[in-house]
Amino acid sequence: MKTKNTVSETLQNRMDVAVASRSPLFFGLGIGIIFGFLLHKGGATNYDVIVGQLLLTDFTVVKIMLSAIATGMIGVYFMKSQGWIKLSLKKGSVGKNVIGALIFGVGFAILGYCPGTIAGAIGNGYLDAIVGGLAGIILGTWFFALMYPVLKDGILNKGDFGEITIPGLLKVNNWVVIVPLVALIALLLYWIEKAGI
Amino acid sequence: METIASVVTDPNWSPYVAGIGIGILSWLSFLISGKPIATSTTFARAGGMIENYISGGKAKQRPYYKMIKLKIDWQWMLVVGVVLGSFLSAIVSDDFQIGVWVPSLWSSAFGDSVLLRVFVAIIGGIILGFGSRFSGGCTSGHGISGTLQLAVSSWVSVIFFFIAGITTAHIIFFIIA
Repeated sequence: MKTKNTVSETLQNRMDVAVASRSPLFFGLGIGIIFGFLLHKGGATNYDVIVGQLLLTDFTVVKIMLSAIATGMIGVYFMKSQGWIKLSLKKGSVGKNVIGALIFGVGFAILGYCPGTIAGAIGNGYLDAIVGGLAGIILGTWFFALMYPVLKDGILNKGDFGEITIPGLLKVNNWVVIVPLVALIALLLYWIEKAGI
Repeated sequence: METIASVVTDPNWSPYVAGIGIGILSWLSFLISGKPIATSTTFARAGGMIENYISGGKAKQRPYYKMIKLKIDWQWMLVVGVVLGSFLSAIVSDDFQIGVWVPSLWSSAFGDSVLLRVFVAIIGGIILGFGSRFSGGCTSGHGISGTLQLAVSSWVSVIFFFIAGITTAHIIFFIIA
């Protein structure tokens, strides 16, 4: 127990130092470089791969996402249980996460990149991403900023459910959700591989 | 024989290696920076910064920009890093694209008109950018970082991203094309 406290205190001190200095920007850059490198190596900076996923002919994107989710989940919840980190959840509502997400999905299929992969596609040299997609995304977020005062107290709050996790919703221990979910992801990936897609 | 050099220059890594790598990267992101990996707010900040520059500082007063704050922050640098990291990988993999305006899957259905592809990309980008801020996240923020934290908001979002994405892609390639 004592060691656990010391470790988390040391980490907390390190974090305070990092936040106080300008190093967060460098850490952001470093994490981004590795993220971009992995997205490209995995094939996710390519329009054909992303749209192939949406056409259900190429499951690369789902394989990357599900293996990242399963790996990330185990480590993040382990670190949380040790008191090393805090979760950073997004508040939810039906308006945001159903209506907003449906709008996002339509744009995702028309553009063929998403905000993270377009940054990767730009680094990869794809000109439709640089000239078309980037300009479009920035313009779209600007339209949202213009409309925000109208949307904020209306549709964005419709069916608000706050910052809640699945275990919180079900009122069970986190691992009661994580263990079966990781098993389910593994089974799904096994099935995808067996189907040869 | 596989050497370290051949792994580095191999353009196609297993999607599981990339995925597990991103999962481990998300641990580091929480541990070092106390933040989940996400990208889409940066595009909104960039738009606000451009408007702010053109309007001589007036955009800062918009309620949305007051909330997200128009500054170069951690996530801004992460997005710059994604561009650099992908560039680096493309160079070492000999996969950097020069002069490619029209993706091959697109041209197989709609021909190789640059104007058409760029026009459609702008329209798609506008809808995507608007939707990303509407839903409060994108395929990174909701799709990976939110889901791995088991956030209900993110699981709902990612399901509807793909419902709309799969439907729209099928309409584009099987009905319109």
